[in-house]
Amino acid sequence: MKRLWRFLPALPALMLSGCTVDLLQPRGPIGEGNRDMMVLEFAVMMCVVVPVCIATLVFAWKYRASNTKAEYLRNWSHSNKIEVFIWGVPVAIIIFLSVVNYWSTHYYDPYKPISQEMLDKAGAPNAKPLHVEVVSLDWKWLFIYPDLGIATINELDVPTKTPLDFRITSDSVMTSFFIPQLGSQIYSMAGMETQLHLMANVPGNYQGEAAQYTGPGFSDMRFRTIAMPDEQFQAWVQNVRAGDNAFAAKEGLNAQTYPQYAAPPAVSHEEAPKPAPVTYFSSVQSDLFENIVAKYNNGKVRAEDGKVMDMNSMDMHSSTDAAAPSHTGM
Amino acid sequence: MLGKLTLSAIPYDVPILVGTFIGVAVIGIAVLAAVTYFKKWGYLWREWLTTVDHKKLAVMYIILGLVMLVRGFADAVMMRTQLALAYAGNPGYLPPHHYDQVFSAHGTIMIFFMAMVIMQALFNFVVPLQIGARDVAFPLINSISFYMTLVSAILINISLFIGEFSNVGWLGYPPVSELQFNPGVGVDYYIWSVQISGIGTLLTGMNFLTTIVKLRAPGMKWMQIPVFTWTTFFSCIMILTTFPVLTVSMALLALDRYLGMHFFTNDGGGSVMLYLNLIWSWGHPEVYILILPAFGVFSEIAATFSGKPLFGYASMVFATGVITILGSIVWVHHFFTMGAGADVNTFFGIMTMFIAVPTGVKIFNWLFTMYKGRVRFEGPMNWIVGFMITFSIGGMTGVMMAMPAADWVIHNSLFLVAHFHNVIIGGVFFGYVAGISYWFPKAFGFKLRDVWGKWAFRFWFVGFYLSFIPLYAVGLEGMTRRMNHYDNPNWHPWLLVACVGVFVLAAGVCCQVIQFVFGAIDAVTKKPDALDLTGDNWGSGRTLEWSIPSPVPHYNFARLPVIRGLDTFHIEKELGRPAPVGELEPIHMPKYSAVGPILGVFALVIGFALVWHIWWAVIVALLGAFVTVVHRSANLDVDFYVPVEEIRADEEAFAQRLAAAKAAE
Repeated sequence: MKRLWRFLPALPALMLSGCTVDLLQPRGPIGEGNRDMMVLEFAVMMCVVVPVCIATLVFAWKYRASNTKAEYLRNWSHSNKIEVFIWGVPVAIIIFLSVVNYWSTHYYDPYKPISQEMLDKAGAPNAKPLHVEVVSLDWKWLFIYPDLGIATINELDVPTKTPLDFRITSDSVMTSFFIPQLGSQIYSMAGMETQLHLMANVPGNYQGEAAQYTGPGFSDMRFRTIAMPDEQFQAWVQNVRAGDNAFAAKEGLNAQTYPQYAAPPAVSHEEAPKPAPVTYFSSVQSDLFENIVAKYNNGKVRAEDGKVMDMNSMDMHSSTDAAAPSHTGM
Repeated sequence: MLGKLTLSAIPYDVPILVGTFIGVAVIGIAVLAAVTYFKKWGYLWREWLTTVDHKKLAVMYIILGLVMLVRGFADAVMMRTQLALAYAGNPGYLPPHHYDQVFSAHGTIMIFFMAMVIMQALFNFVVPLQIGARDVAFPLINSISFYMTLVSAILINISLFIGEFSNVGWLGYPPVSELQFNPGVGVDYYIWSVQISGIGTLLTGMNFLTTIVKLRAPGMKWMQIPVFTWTTFFSCIMILTTFPVLTVSMALLALDRYLGMHFFTNDGGGSVMLYLNLIWSWGHPEVYILILPAFGVFSEIAATFSGKPLFGYASMVFATGVITILGSIVWVHHFFTMGAGADVNTFFGIMTMFIAVPTGVKIFNWLFTMYKGRVRFEGPMNWIVGFMITFSIGGMTGVMMAMPAADWVIHNSLFLVAHFHNVIIGGVFFGYVAGISYWFPKAFGFKLRDVWGKWAFRFWFVGFYLSFIPLYAVGLEGMTRRMNHYDNPNWHPWLLVACVGVFVLAAGVCCQVIQFVFGAIDAVTKKPDALDLTGDNWGSGRTLEWSIPSPVPHYNFARLPVIRGLDTFHIEKELGRPAPVGELEPIHMPKYSAVGPILGVFALVIGFALVWHIWWAVIVALLGAFVTVVHRSANLDVDFYVPVEEIRADEEAFAQRLAAAKAAE
């Protein structure tokens, strides 16, 4: 036992050497904010937790029954001073943390665009946001770049030092869109649109994941997030548009071709479904995202100006039919 | 005839399940054979299965809870070994179809059929004894509560061998739990198990709230109620306010699945966030329902083993009330990632943080209970020290997650999983185990061997950290919960350590089993130093339950106790245990009844038939239950009087034992 104890403190250091701790080494301002909040809270709470743990051990040791030299107050059970202290200290700490809570929840609100302050800090004060529409599917992610007219499956390529404005929905069950090293996650839900604003300051290849259980293909519902300098990104866009790369789909993505890409893979009881391959679409129907949202709302979708638009021109209901394959494959 | 049930529902092609089935069958047949061989069926039926005695119900709850602990723990071992193996292309030994059922069953069983069950065992055993009552307010309903819990636990375990269990986690989030994505019977097993056990819990809440309000010994003022009973009181209030919400959420999900309605579906106007709000406005109070009684246990134990009254009794009661209120208005912190506005998130975040205040106060109260005391580290006290350290750490990570800006990256991660195991194991479980070992001698009249309890604690304490600190770490490395396999090399070493940890925990479980086995041996052989003759087994009991013999006579108190203040028994001991005054009188007690087990059987049939759409059986069983209730209502022969001679004989025997113990000192 004793030897084990001596070994324990060294263990985390041993295991951390050479590893990246995604949430503690974020690559963008939102992730940095998330981390700062965690570290701050950890530090503040440690001011209570450490003394409490030490006091527990000290009191347990000092007032053990065999130590008859220690003072024994057999009927002592109240002290106004101590009561004020034990209510006062936690209240003070929590009031402080509440102020931080209010500020950070508003400052890092996922719905708020990347602030000018963050842009200045990244050295890109005039950067224009890149719009990406995200659709979670059975067990893959579809990314539509509406301004660029391209789309991808299971790979999110973004320029660095550019605000990323995500609109997120689901064309299957609910899940959560999450790139740990860039920061905050937000749920994706069918028939609804959620928003998220992130930014990558450093080029890199980051894991992206579904952070909410979605069914048997859940573990492979991942994507790579490739952040690169703007020139490289533009070259990548040209490459996707040209359609002569290893990942290129045979056709563009539109209401007709969409169902075949959205369909879930085969499911069995014996093994996990196959993950979807990375796919690039050289063209994409401009209102595909709205159509996907609208199909759960009687063909209607609310536009950014608040008006309700009718998307009934397209029939995309095929994948919600009762005959569609189910998750359990039964 | 049998609805959706066909032979293909039996998973005879899954070796793990076949092995489990054989094991369960062998043990089951052995138990049945033993009961038959020793001709104990009549005894079992008359003395146990039909009992309405809260103490016997408590024992049956404990047995159920411990069996379910082993079942849920087996799931935990499977998950940890799967994740230790399933790395870099290795699929492990549990395909998603099986693994997903395992983690769903683990959560459902550990909360509903381990923690809730042991909690109700403690309510049942301790509360009437602490307030000087002879039974609960509604003894028959108490028996029905137990049977609802028992049959729902049976139903969930039937799903192992007939059909499948839910694969969507312990809360069954739609839309993945909707028929469109989940046409199997797994989610239905989940819905009806939870529904039936929910009825039992709701009845328990009602019963114990009434008991505490109405059946306290004459003269026991509110601020003289022992802390465990106070925590039960608040826990029951939360049960009554929130379990109906669970019932409604499950009912709506069932309507979606059975009648094609659209409460939580993707289309047709359904909203998954409606379900999340409903289920968590039950689910968050639920964790406080579980933890408050554990706090009560710690308060009793800290005072008893420190040889001092609990520090800050009033503050403790007040803090419990504050937690009850705050605990009911924080549920949105389970989905800060929903996309709610910043003001909503801030409100729920700050409310959540404020729960740390009354909780922190409690920790300090236990700390100052030890302060200037004479602390004896017998079994139950070990768990307290482990709890105070572990729970402080769990509380810290809880406050971290209460900040939306931090939660947005650790939501649904293994950091979260580590956090709630940190508070549920370090708080609820440590508390319940401490409570079981603390009141065990009172229930059975003999002590468990302390040394095995201490080893159990050591393994649980070390095993906990080995299992869950790695999960905090992988959570910070971006690993989400419920993954079946992965290829991130950073995660693998941590998950290996966690797997080692789960086997250390298994050693702890083994020590607990050994402790009970030795306890049984000591009881059968009447090992002299294991027997509790005085009723005040720990020598420093402060509350009423320690003033009566162990095991407790079926009528609990020969005379209704005189309340002399908070910690009434302690005051009596200071006064040299004055002889009781007044004549013994016949005691009015409820008769045992078969209504509980009969309703239980009908509930099981209803649950099973609903799962498989066997409608005629549902109707027959519903009618049967109705007739049973009507018949019982018309039955006037439901009580009896304990004759004075019997009480006097018990009293004299107890007085002799006390005198002998005094002489031996």
